[in-house]
Amino acid sequence: MVTRASAPHASDGGPDLVLLSSTARRLREDIIAMTTRAGSGHPSSSMSAIDILVALYKGGILNLDPSHPSAPDRDRFILSKGHAAPALYAVLAEHGVISHESLDTLRVIGSPLEGHPNMRRLAGVEASTGSLGQGLSIGLGHAFAGHLDGHGYRTYVMCGDGEMQEGQVWEAIMSAAHFNADNLTLIVDHNGAQQSNLLPRVIDYRPLAAKLRAFEWHVEEIDGHDMPAILKAFDSVRAVKGRPQAIVAHTVKGKGVSFVEADWAYHGKPLTASEQVRAFAELRGEPAPH
Amino acid sequence: MSTSTTPFVVSLGAATRDAFGIALRDLGHSEPRIVVVDGDVANSTRTEWFGQVFPDRFFNVGIAESNMVGVAAGLAASGKIPVVSSFAAFLLCNAYDQLRMSVAFPHLNVKVVGTHAGISIGEDGPSQMAIEDFALACSLPGFTVIVPADEAHAHAAVRAMIAHEGPVYLRLGRPKAPRVHEAGSTLEIGKAYQLRDGSDLTIVACGLMTAAALEAHDALAAKGIHARVLDFPTIRPLDVEALVRASRDTGHILVAEEHLAHGGLGSVVAMAVGSHHPCKLGYVNLGNRFAESGTPEALMETYGLTAPHVVEAAVKLVAK
Ligand SMILES: Cc1ncc(C[n+]2csc(CCOP(=O)(O)OP(=O)(O)O)c2C)c(N)n1
Ligand SMILES: [Mg+2]
Repeated sequence: MVTRASAPHASDGGPDLVLLSSTARRLREDIIAMTTRAGSGHPSSSMSAIDILVALYKGGILNLDPSHPSAPDRDRFILSKGHAAPALYAVLAEHGVISHESLDTLRVIGSPLEGHPNMRRLAGVEASTGSLGQGLSIGLGHAFAGHLDGHGYRTYVMCGDGEMQEGQVWEAIMSAAHFNADNLTLIVDHNGAQQSNLLPRVIDYRPLAAKLRAFEWHVEEIDGHDMPAILKAFDSVRAVKGRPQAIVAHTVKGKGVSFVEADWAYHGKPLTASEQVRAFAELRGEPAPH
Repeated sequence: MSTSTTPFVVSLGAATRDAFGIALRDLGHSEPRIVVVDGDVANSTRTEWFGQVFPDRFFNVGIAESNMVGVAAGLAASGKIPVVSSFAAFLLCNAYDQLRMSVAFPHLNVKVVGTHAGISIGEDGPSQMAIEDFALACSLPGFTVIVPADEAHAHAAVRAMIAHEGPVYLRLGRPKAPRVHEAGSTLEIGKAYQLRDGSDLTIVACGLMTAAALEAHDALAAKGIHARVLDFPTIRPLDVEALVRASRDTGHILVAEEHLAHGGLGSVVAMAVGSHHPCKLGYVNLGNRFAESGTPEALMETYGLTAPHVVEAAVKLVAK
């Protein structure tokens, strides 16, 4: 296992933004490769989230020693939108918690890299998700436990914007505010699309940030693909006292591959082998193959 | 109370929910990992008694059962022993997917305590009565399912539940329960308790129906029918050996429970007996229907869950 716990730093001492962005680009390739190889999965949902995950794990935000992924005082990250498991696996491999080769076993019988994250089978997975709506409540439980034990760890939970339609999420939002859970951060991957259609055409509950503020949460609203903005938002929420925080990240589903970005119907669909070739060329800024 | 030959005299003890409230509060001193998650009903479930002594370890997350179960899952994943409690109907029916995905699938050490189970809650009526909770809890892989018959076993059940590593469903009732076990009895998970011996049939019962079975035992003896009575405080894991012995020794098993016909003690007993040592089976339960409002006594009478109903079913079964 490779140990790469600390953030890459540029010469000025801050995180190396160029490196983080190129890491995110590489992990997009991993996401596409593993889902295309598996023949199923949710690459577009994973690609909308990957910049945030790279900032979290590789930008020095999440305190997680890859060789001790269950240390009691570690920071927790819960991927509540469990169908974006390829993004989580890619970043866990990049962080050295799991091996890079294991990515090839996504969705294969016997592999702990199941279609949705399984905390009992894979190190670094904090919650078994896949039924949308449940991660924030679990995160609040971790936040309570951390408070009781006097640990300073933080718990981050990522939800999809479609997932925010689940009632349980709002139960958790309400109770986290009541308990002043300032060690809890919700990240919403606000890509404007869900499974059956675009979010505005299913249940248009926008604007989201205003609703979270109405529930007494501290809210940062950012472009979820802008690496400096993501890092800055993480720094801001860490400084908030007495209130849970949300980062509403405006994202593009399928970010990085134009023909996936253009069509929400790519939800839950792997790219074909030839689409993968086109996608890789685009990600690498190479001319499209014929 | 081991196998006894003296007549059964009904003597009411505390409700199992009350015994739970006291036992949990007392255990809170010796087991600092215990925390309680409540959904605005702590005064009914009696977890408020724990909350009064340990306010920092008591979380009322409001009328939000799904969130309540998820919070318990997170607490367990970070090393606590959360006791998440509400009316059984709301807890199991409202938060079933959370019990399935957030608790059972990752096999977290969450103690799910459902009170106000069965129709014996009385006047509040069907919306508050869990009559399908065994079926639901037994459909959660890895869950242990416990139902104490009386005050003594409710105390013992709380200790057993906390000592057990893994998810547990504990079913509790609202009314005072007749005493069937001696004060200070222990409860071993997975073990049936023989309260009477007999050779003509075995009555397998749980919860309030165990007392009804003991009353029925005496009425049957007067008719020359000798019943063994087994209390089953654990629905899962099931004491299959006790059932095999009962089947072999008595040839007839009557299962009595305050639950729907489908998916409860009757179902799991029939499956075990059918697989290991088939015999003639009979059932006393709620059938396939909701109850209504009424006094607990009137409901048990109207819906067929009293000692005379057990006697009638036993007479029919042994005549088969
Ligand atoms: C409770 C539940 N209902 C339905 C689904 C099926 N489902 C999987 S992904 C998805 C859409 C999710 O949309 P969103 O939360 O916006 O995530 P995105 O893929 O856009 O990141 C749906 C409906 C599910 N997994 N869980
Ligand atoms: Mg979306």
